[in-house]
Amino acid sequence: MASIQEIQNSIIEDFSFLPEWDERYAYLIELGQKMEPMPEAYRSEANIVRGCQSTVWLHRECQGDKVYFKADSDSLIVKGLAALLMQVFSGQPAEQVFQADLTFFEETGLNKHLSSQRTNGLMAMIEIIQSFAAKCKNGEVYAITEPLQKSTTT
Amino acid sequence: MAINVEKIREDFPILSRSVNGKPLTYLDNAATTQKPQTVIDAIVDYYTNYNSNIHRGTHHLSNLATEAHEAARNTIKDYINARHDREIIFTRGTTEAINLVASSFGQAFVKPGDEVIVTELEHHSNFVPWQMMCERQGANFRVVPFDENGDLKLDVLEKSLNERTRILAFNHVSNSLGTVNPAKEIIKMAHDAGAAVLVDAAQSVQHIEHDVQDLDADFYAFSGHKIYGPTGIGVLYGKEKWLDAMPPYQGGGEMIDQVSVEKTTYNKLPFKFEAGTPNIVGPIGLAAAIDYINNFNFDELIAHEDDVLQYGFEKLSEIDGLKIYSKAKRHTSIIAFNVEGIHHFDLGTLLDTQGVAVRTGHHCTQPIMTALGVEGTVRASLAFYNTKSDIDSLVAAIKKALKMLGK
Repeated sequence: MASIQEIQNSIIEDFSFLPEWDERYAYLIELGQKMEPMPEAYRSEANIVRGCQSTVWLHRECQGDKVYFKADSDSLIVKGLAALLMQVFSGQPAEQVFQADLTFFEETGLNKHLSSQRTNGLMAMIEIIQSFAAKCKNGEVYAITEPLQKSTTT
Repeated sequence: MAINVEKIREDFPILSRSVNGKPLTYLDNAATTQKPQTVIDAIVDYYTNYNSNIHRGTHHLSNLATEAHEAARNTIKDYINARHDREIIFTRGTTEAINLVASSFGQAFVKPGDEVIVTELEHHSNFVPWQMMCERQGANFRVVPFDENGDLKLDVLEKSLNERTRILAFNHVSNSLGTVNPAKEIIKMAHDAGAAVLVDAAQSVQHIEHDVQDLDADFYAFSGHKIYGPTGIGVLYGKEKWLDAMPPYQGGGEMIDQVSVEKTTYNKLPFKFEAGTPNIVGPIGLAAAIDYINNFNFDELIAHEDDVLQYGFEKLSEIDGLKIYSKAKRHTSIIAFNVEGIHHFDLGTLLDTQGVAVRTGHHCTQPIMTALGVEGTVRASLAFYNTKSDIDSLVAAIKKALKMLGK
């Protein structure tokens, strides 16, 4: 599996082929639409990450030294952003996720464009992912709900 | 004679900038309005030429600043037709004005078992302070609902008012829907029941009638930045009899008369409610905004706004699946809507990429969203510098966004 940094680099490259912002959003929307549907059981109250404007469901799981995530949102754009986070983090070693320096938001300009990130719950998602990775690494957590099949998380 | 909107637009420098490579279409005026050059100049002039602390100074600059600050109070008094300058209290904004009344009026007049009424149409700023006050004073908090069109249920209001009602707080115009509440009628109803009334005029003072004596409002609150003035300055109008009977809101400089270890006596109105060095330049900027508005015939400005609003309703309702929530008997300046199957945040974000600024979300009115059964809406809100061509840009941008979202 590619490393977190390698995946980020490939996302940055993908975005560099899309100079116009409407193309970038179209790409995000497509990513959101293509994301595998989240099992209904994971759309639970415990998995909700509240943004000011949109709701995200984030299922997290700790298996061995790795963390796995699945996400969904009622907003397609946020879902697309979540899809990028899944690409970067899901299936990676907890240690790496915890220490990861998230560069792709800045490099793609997504951070500036989605100026008030608190409105879309993105920052909250990243915080939860990284703090979950820390707990996983320290052996403090297990699956929040029943374990996912590994094939559905990659 | 119709007003010349193109000429007006030239007075607002920001309107000619571009956003995301597209000309700016600014339709978020209910959040904040843009400022004419005269307001910007007044602020720069203050800091460039006569910045100084006010009221206590013995020097020339202090006199100039005091004069300008107090002349601004007079300009604002005239705009809302208050009786006296001393009935105009400067605050940070509408929110602080309402908190001031909730706190000081509550302390003076609201006893356990008394009642306070607000409406389901309120901004959180005219809801939460009263809820907090009721908790403090042991009073009952009552909320009057609105109907499916966004009109207040006046029959429920009438029944809710009783001899225990101390104060009714409502907005003249709903920031979420644009509903214009029949303020005069509501105020008379409350007065007949012996209750005082606070009008949240944040969304009305710039768009519709704003004569506090004609309305007979006991309190009337608005924000400078929503009426083409700077942020950080708001106005609380209060009838002198109430303000005199209320204790100060905050202690500090400016609001005192004599201070000793034994006892402090308070300054006279309006300074009793203006603790600390005030926002000196804020009122000066706000008065410049009001002077700007006064260059025009207000009714003509509003007729133009209403014309654009009607055009907006017409054009938006032609879009497939678009649902408009602003349907009250009388409304102004605001169109709230959603498109079936589309998240408001997605729509707002894609409008932004096309240079169209609107607001999305719950607009700090969660009780309204709950009543409508939605998480949020898209809100386009107008000012007198908007044109039908802004509506055309909005409509074109929505159509493009819907295409991108697969509609």
